Amino acid sequence: MHPALSVIFFTTASGAGYGLLAWLGILNAGGLLPDHGGSVLVALSVALGLVTAGLLSSTFHLGHPERAWRALTQWRSSWLSREGVMALLTYVPALLFAWGSLRGLSGTPLYVGTGLLLAGCALITVFTTAMIYASLRSIEAWQMPHVPPLYLLLALASGLVVYNAIAVWFAASVQVTALLAALLLAAAGLLKWSYWRQIDTAPARSSPESATGLGRLGTVSVLQQPHGRENYVMREMGYFIARKHAARLRRISGLLLFALPLLASLIAASGLRWIASLAAGFALLALIPGVLVERWLFFAEARHPAMHFYRKS
Amino acid sequence: MTCLPSKTGKKLGLVIDLDICVGCHACATSCKEWNASGYSGPLTDSDPYGANPDGVWFNRVHTYEVKGPAGDSRTVNFPRSCLHCDDAPCVTVCPTGASFKRAEDGIVLVNPDTCIGCKLCSWACPYGAREYDPDAGVMKKCTLCVDRIYNASLSPADRVPACVAACPTGARSFGDLGDPDSGVSELVRARDGFDLMPEQGCAPVNKYLPPRAATADKTAVPRVLEPQVRDTGSALLRWLDVVLSR
Repeated sequence: MHPALSVIFFTTASGAGYGLLAWLGILNAGGLLPDHGGSVLVALSVALGLVTAGLLSSTFHLGHPERAWRALTQWRSSWLSREGVMALLTYVPALLFAWGSLRGLSGTPLYVGTGLLLAGCALITVFTTAMIYASLRSIEAWQMPHVPPLYLLLALASGLVVYNAIAVWFAASVQVTALLAALLLAAAGLLKWSYWRQIDTAPARSSPESATGLGRLGTVSVLQQPHGRENYVMREMGYFIARKHAARLRRISGLLLFALPLLASLIAASGLRWIASLAAGFALLALIPGVLVERWLFFAEARHPAMHFYRKS
Repeated sequence: MTCLPSKTGKKLGLVIDLDICVGCHACATSCKEWNASGYSGPLTDSDPYGANPDGVWFNRVHTYEVKGPAGDSRTVNFPRSCLHCDDAPCVTVCPTGASFKRAEDGIVLVNPDTCIGCKLCSWACPYGAREYDPDAGVMKKCTLCVDRIYNASLSPADRVPACVAACPTGARSFGDLGDPDSGVSELVRARDGFDLMPEQGCAPVNKYLPPRAATADKTAVPRVLEPQVRDTGSALLRWLDVVLSR
């Protein structure tokens, strides 16, 4: 599948933003947010900035962005529509939470409740994003039980890595949250490894023989393409990264998204002041390119059955 | 709106005979001609006479070589278009309701006035039947010539999809595949018609008829043609022939 930059940026940026929103609600309920109101407001602003930038970017690849509001109407059948509805709904508790934080209502039960509601809405939004892909029967590399938990784990992990980088900036302790980030990164890494193993070994559901129905006569190969140049279908569905490059990119993403931020988060959790600050910042710097490569691969490695009509075997 | 109808009145669709399709592309070009000004028109082209022609087509004609287990090989021309699936995944993924399946006849259409051009339907379709029009910013697809088949200003014989009307060998048939007594249903039964990629679970309405078994006797020695002009002229003529042939 063609890896569109707007969609890669949308899923990673808004994923991290929703992860961060979820953590602000959860950490607040657990009494783990720093008393320093400034850091919470900065974290909220960063989260809403990431979410909003991601959502705007996702409208850039639309043919008619001015009709985007119509995407809120078909939530009964379409995960993309459900995602649009949840993304907008999440702004309500997020803005209430920000307002409460500005007004210094941090300790009140209503504020804690709003934070938990925010966490729930943010995580449901990430789940609906994942289901846009995981619900597509046609694309086997996406319709896997791994995909929704992977999106959730990566959103939570990247959101927490962003939180830690902000917290150390305000000299707040990240001992608990950095340890949590390391655990999440380890879990996400294991799940991603299992995902890659599975897509490498699972046999393809369809073939040129089943696509043409000519398997009853023998093996099918392309003798002549229907058109001399690539068409929309070949450009959109035909993008497929060579296994050799995929293997290298998987190692890069394994290092930048999982190994380095995990290690850096463990160091940040050690609690040594300036080392912890450096490590939390480094974790974020490594994670950003790492998660972009991971998401690029998610698209570029996925095969579409329509290409069985075109591919020379 | 984008929920599929639980049952459609008719199941209008095509039956394509792979045995007699000669791969002339007349279905593809006449489809393009009709639909350029039809329900989904225009079917935008970019650089049509240049080095990188590109454009929206509802019909694509592939040509395959099929190698049999006995070392035999045959060429099969294979027209591909929307199959108007009963369980159409392109419809249910649509976030706006622009993509829909008609309850009365099962035709799958895109409303060009409400499509936002998110392309998700083209990802959901395993058959690659939908083509995006970057100029119009909306998705386009085969309409089964909905603006022909019900067109009262055409003579009844012409109320068939443009591809069916254009096919010079009669490889394309149009009718109600939901009616077991219709001509197309009988054709499918008689010729063992099949679904494309049934494993994708889309329950396509269009059916394909397989190429018939080869009938020629493969053991016979091919007939050698006799030369029509024998080399029996005079020496002078033979010499002239040699000189003139240089």
